[in-house]
Amino acid sequence: MELKRRDFLKIVGGSALIGGSAISALVEEAGIAHASPHEEHGHSAEEDHGHGHIEEASGIRWAMVVDMRKCSEQEGCRDCINACHYVHNVPNFPDPKEEVKWIWKDEYHHVFTDISTLDPYVPEHIKRHPFLVLCNHCDNPPCVRVCPTKATFKRPDGIVAMDYHRCIGCRFCMAACPYGSRSFNWRDPRLGLKGRELNYEFPTRMRGVVEKCNFCVERLAQGKIPACVEACKHGALTFGNLADPNSEVRALLRENYALRRKPQLGTKPSVFYIIA
Amino acid sequence: MYDSGKVIIGLVIFVAIATFPFWFGMGKAAPMPEPVIMTKGQKCVESKDYMRASHMYLLNVWRDQALRDGNRVYENKRGEKVTISLQNTCMKCHSNKEKFCDRCHDYAEVKPYCWDCHFVPKESKQWN
Repeated sequence: MELKRRDFLKIVGGSALIGGSAISALVEEAGIAHASPHEEHGHSAEEDHGHGHIEEASGIRWAMVVDMRKCSEQEGCRDCINACHYVHNVPNFPDPKEEVKWIWKDEYHHVFTDISTLDPYVPEHIKRHPFLVLCNHCDNPPCVRVCPTKATFKRPDGIVAMDYHRCIGCRFCMAACPYGSRSFNWRDPRLGLKGRELNYEFPTRMRGVVEKCNFCVERLAQGKIPACVEACKHGALTFGNLADPNSEVRALLRENYALRRKPQLGTKPSVFYIIA
Repeated sequence: MYDSGKVIIGLVIFVAIATFPFWFGMGKAAPMPEPVIMTKGQKCVESKDYMRASHMYLLNVWRDQALRDGNRVYENKRGEKVTISLQNTCMKCHSNKEKFCDRCHDYAEVKPYCWDCHFVPKESKQWN
């Protein structure tokens, strides 16, 4: 068959049009699939702090900002730790193997492992100060994923909570938590409360369960702020709603550069540190 | 058989002692427990009959509601709103655990482990 030049061009043009639109649709789809894991890792600071991972259901995403500029000025201050441990009847066992802690201080190179190993040029005065650490109430909490009984779970407002009634003490969550934020009650916790002032509004735990910071859910339910934030006289701790662009925490994160612990793990903690 | 008389007497005494609890309590039921509520004039979250029969069910629902669902207010059949809390709502009225809770629980041989964590103000002052 003889094909005229004119007809040939018509066919080529038509098929290019059809093929092109199909390819562009495919590319678009692939582009979406490709972009989402990208977003998980390398997004801008604003996105990271606010949008994207916020729970749509409740419109609340509780978070805490620790201002180390203010905290490190007050050496030896333990107001927040004392308040938390009193309010929740956290037992006191001096032996580190039996220790139970909800909020405590740790050294810089334990807290920011990746940054300290990657960057040897961190100023000495930052490395010297003990950092306040607590449960990070991650967006993507590994402890929740591994719990076989769903004793630990993520609430719609982002708080990673514990249901002590369901905990069987398997300690999978402790193994999964990259921040060491969970403690196991090897002994009857009431032995660690002897002679101490108790808070009769909040229960203790029993032996054989894992416990951790709960962002004071019981106080939030009454419209109060967490005990540690209330106890800090120096204003180093700020608690608020990440989902609300006008909240105090969002303002702090907008105006300051803040770090989160072990970002390479993708757990997306809700505790932020303003270093300097 | 040597000393058959002594052996038989011994056996009889043994059987008598071993079965003593059975024939001593024969025909008698253990007395029904009488729980005592110290606080007067306050109404419980639900009716007396409902609480007597279903308090364990209610507590079970409560603990899931408060802890897992974050819903800490319970509306009872009278339409009143109550804060969901064993320690801060129930135990405020039933502060005499020994005379109220324990009497029935001992009678029914039920050992709830609520008190391993939740405070009973009077008793907890003893261990602290």
